[in-house]
Amino acid sequence: MNKWTRRTFIATGSLVGGGLALGVAGIAFAPNRLRVTPDSRDGTPQLTTWVKVGTDNTVSVIVPHCEMGTGVHTALAMMCAEELEADWNLVRIEEAPGTDDYSNGYLVRTFVPAVATVPKSMERGIDFWTYKLTQMMDLQVTGGSSAVRGTGHLGMRVAGAAAKAMLIEAAAQQWNVPAAECSAKLSRVTHSGSGKSATYGELATQAALLKPPVHPTLKSRDDYTIVGKPTPRIDIPSKVNGSATYGVDVTLPEMVYATIAASPVHGAKLVSVDTAPAEALPGVKKVVKLDNAVAVVADGYWRALKGVRALAPKFEDTGKGADTSDTIYSAIGAAIEREKGDKVFSSGKGGDALQGAANVIEAEYRVPFLAHATMEPMNATARIADGRCEVWTGVQDPLAARATAAKASGLKPEQVTIHNQQLGGGFGRRLPGVMDFVDQAVRIAKETSPAPVKLIWSREEDIQHDFYRPAVVGRYRATLADSGAPTAWVAKFNIKDDAALLPYAIANQDIRAVAAPTHVRTGAWRSVAHTQHGFFTESFVDELAHAAGKDPLQYRRDLLAHAPRHLAVLDKAAAMADWSTPAPAGRARGIALVESFGSIVAEVAEVEVVEGRVKVHRVCAAVDCGDVVNPDTATAQVEGGIIYGLSAALFNEVTIAEGRVAQTNFHDLPMPKLADAPSISVEFIRSGAALGGLGEPGVPPIAPAIANAVFALTGKRARTLPVRV
Amino acid sequence: MQITLDVNGESRTADVDEDTPLLWVLRETFGLTGTKFGCGVAACGACTVHIGGTAVRSCSVPASAMQGQKITTIEGLAPKEQPHPLQAAWVTHQVPQCGYCQSGMIMAAAALLARNPHPSDADISAEVTNICRCGTYERVRRAIHAAAQGPTEGGAP
Repeated sequence: MNKWTRRTFIATGSLVGGGLALGVAGIAFAPNRLRVTPDSRDGTPQLTTWVKVGTDNTVSVIVPHCEMGTGVHTALAMMCAEELEADWNLVRIEEAPGTDDYSNGYLVRTFVPAVATVPKSMERGIDFWTYKLTQMMDLQVTGGSSAVRGTGHLGMRVAGAAAKAMLIEAAAQQWNVPAAECSAKLSRVTHSGSGKSATYGELATQAALLKPPVHPTLKSRDDYTIVGKPTPRIDIPSKVNGSATYGVDVTLPEMVYATIAASPVHGAKLVSVDTAPAEALPGVKKVVKLDNAVAVVADGYWRALKGVRALAPKFEDTGKGADTSDTIYSAIGAAIEREKGDKVFSSGKGGDALQGAANVIEAEYRVPFLAHATMEPMNATARIADGRCEVWTGVQDPLAARATAAKASGLKPEQVTIHNQQLGGGFGRRLPGVMDFVDQAVRIAKETSPAPVKLIWSREEDIQHDFYRPAVVGRYRATLADSGAPTAWVAKFNIKDDAALLPYAIANQDIRAVAAPTHVRTGAWRSVAHTQHGFFTESFVDELAHAAGKDPLQYRRDLLAHAPRHLAVLDKAAAMADWSTPAPAGRARGIALVESFGSIVAEVAEVEVVEGRVKVHRVCAAVDCGDVVNPDTATAQVEGGIIYGLSAALFNEVTIAEGRVAQTNFHDLPMPKLADAPSISVEFIRSGAALGGLGEPGVPPIAPAIANAVFALTGKRARTLPVRV
Repeated sequence: MQITLDVNGESRTADVDEDTPLLWVLRETFGLTGTKFGCGVAACGACTVHIGGTAVRSCSVPASAMQGQKITTIEGLAPKEQPHPLQAAWVTHQVPQCGYCQSGMIMAAAALLARNPHPSDADISAEVTNICRCGTYERVRRAIHAAAQGPTEGGAP
């Protein structure tokens, strides 16, 4: 059961000064092509990924993922340390530098050029590479991936188990006893008969000379001592005293500062700008014209900002200057009306099942564009000197940043170094394909060379030049049997994604997507298409339940007889929220169930209308993500997902007026604050199913749960977000 | 113009425009990058510092007007070896996620506790109005209550 049987390559090497380095990678390439490469930082020879055991008895886990608050560094190290039987107090964590030798993606790209196509929805930075890696290992990944279930489950655990086996073997050879009589615990190998023992540090150098095991044995979950226990995150102490360094905090000698104004109407190029008003200001060093933007370089951010504000750049007329949210919604609606659409899913008689039906229930839902609004505004510091380009920034994929910087600088990727910093929020805004801030910083650095330049976007620039969650319209129709159960489900919308698939047993389905592109830049927003489809699907199911005169919980239960995990999650959330007892006076509850990224989440929201606004008092969330590595961090991810979803459900929307984003800062793009935060309870069902993701699945159910609660309370159905009463 | 500021108990000078916000002097001139830039319009609180013990959003006050005032940043809130009770509670309750807003959050909470050692939920909601996109709010509230009750309280998250 716990034998590692996937096709995996494990390679080992010695560290300078002694010690064991061990790396694991997929086996779609020949083992001898994976090399021990010099670590550019400290000269230590080291393999591509994952674990070093030093002679000082420390274990260093090299994590090929960035830390943006999800606790991924800690969780991945826990998985490695668990299998390694390491003393957690002796475990150190290093983020792999953004260079080829440490990257999963590099391995894939270099050795497996054929692995080049993945579903569009999967192109999500680190998860994208994890997906490719898992794909190489012949695993079926059906949703967006995650660090823990990809790198952790497939890499970290194997690396830890292999290293442990080698350390035990080294001890057995040294003591001339059978390895089977030796055991490992707390970074120490002990021989049961003789009582001899040695630390990992003492054994590491000899272990490095051994052949790695082909199929290291993984621990049974029952024997876990680290995984599954709440473990303090290693990144937290530096985040309470101001010492954590984010991209925006990077300071270099001779550094100058820049800020920027890009075309307010996305896609328009810069036509002209009179640079004199900025150049006349104190501290301004240069005005840099870019393809679609103008930047001002000064001796400080404030002076750069004053410089940009003094300019009146002219951008080309792309014919989009009259677009508004209403014209965009109309265009989407017209496309839905006009086009048959691409099939997402169909079953039974499909849409024909609606023909001649006596009662067709219809609803149209709509969600707006949304900004990520990470707390750290977009920024990057770049230096071009001596034929090299260096970039300091916080991104979700340093290799993609390197490619962006290479293109912008005209240098080769190997002439570019990315120094990845902690991220002040990611949520999809710092993924590959949307690193415009890196591109800009490098282009400005060409003009300031050899001086480095730190580009910081104003919040206004951030809100007006995001890659927004797409605005989506969805039209839904259904018919009910006499029992009230739906017999047909017909849906059409403008975002093609499997997120629209139903967990519910409905015999006849026709789910289609049309294309309705706009000039507004769009991208992945935490939980991607699940936020829109979760709202649509779970609102419409709720409408059907009410049309059938059924309790919304029971109605869903009746459609989930085939899906015991979904049923268990739904029941758990309902029990946590006391669904069977009436809500306190003046309040009502709503429920929603969404599966995303391999995890099933049900949420119950308890709401009240206070002074004309929806107040969410309490949210109960039940989660089945298979198993939980670090329970407290896992809880925090679901709590955070609910608040992030709450911002979309009740607080803000990005609208378009005169072709541009109408909002500019947090006064007109309001966010939930402490006073608005509900009490949140999170419970996990440890089903033992394949590990699901946790960074995103908490988001999708909250908006429909709130909308459904508002209906239960007021009798008014909210079909657009944010919900207004 | 040349200005002199009292920051974390040290007298420091800077040559800035009269309208340069305190935030940028702290970050760029003094290298105190624990105070964060979030919005520039005093809407998010990431840049919160103490001026004479009161929480102030440093992105929206000119540094030149702060001369003669006692300015405290997150770096000066407490000695590293003896963290402020809020900082200890923040670790115990594993409050931060990305962490970017947390300096400002802690400074806002510290100013509240200094004035109101045992704040109610309503007090906390009214006084700590910083924005956190990771959604740490409930833990912030928990940690403030724990810190208010003293270092022995709180327990594991």
